[in-house]
Amino acid sequence: MAREGSAAAGSADKDTKRQREFKHELTEVIPHLRAFARGLCGRPDLADDLVQEALMKAWAAQERFEPGTSMRAWTFVILRNAYLTDMRRNRFRADYDENVAERILTAPAGQEGPLHLSDMHRALLTLPPERREALLLVGAGGFSYEEAAEICGCAVGTIKSRVGRARAALTSMMDEGSIPQRSVNDATAHHAIMGELDDMAEPQVNADR
Amino acid sequence: MTGKRETEKKVGDDVSKKKTRQNPPEWASGLRQLYDSVVEEPLPDTFDDLLSKLDKST
Repeated sequence: MAREGSAAAGSADKDTKRQREFKHELTEVIPHLRAFARGLCGRPDLADDLVQEALMKAWAAQERFEPGTSMRAWTFVILRNAYLTDMRRNRFRADYDENVAERILTAPAGQEGPLHLSDMHRALLTLPPERREALLLVGAGGFSYEEAAEICGCAVGTIKSRVGRARAALTSMMDEGSIPQRSVNDATAHHAIMGELDDMAEPQVNADR
Repeated sequence: MTGKRETEKKVGDDVSKKKTRQNPPEWASGLRQLYDSVVEEPLPDTFDDLLSKLDKST
């Protein structure tokens, strides 16, 4: 109350400070956005395009961010929506099949351990997108089931079931060494994946099925 | 009879759940590593460019 006299100037300072903090937090989550995007769409160049798009959207919507809440969760929602929109606009469809498997198959396998990250990534990309994103959020991003459910806009039980199915699928792929070489190139599988994507993007349309 | 079958099923589920919990599959750390490997990559310059553009846009 002692600062009442300089309220106007104080408020402007506050806005600048808030914007600076927002930008700082936004900058800090970029590596995570890149990792999530790469897991979602598989191609590093398209993933980075997606992140840039999400960053611009986040910046434009910064008034809606509540300071003190998770910037990572907030921006993941924006990134996810941008991804779904792009997917539905065919943006990734044309070159997806030809390039994803190719790049991943030829990725350098310099990692230690019996499991190559390229195998891991390829296996991940064969999962239906809704399970892939659930597993990415919980198993890689370290989000709780509750946070992941909030990011995906679905029930906690749904996330648990998606993660469970994704884990089971990966475990059997890894155990049997049966990682599909080019499953994304399979027209039927591809069509099924795209169908599931549409379901993810428009749950209300499919609610009465 | 149905009751017995349900009990058997339950036991089976418990066993498989326990197994999953005790032995995280080999790929679990690979998944985390995959994510972390991107997190640790240096940011491409395009992101610096974008961030400086953001300031000008306000």
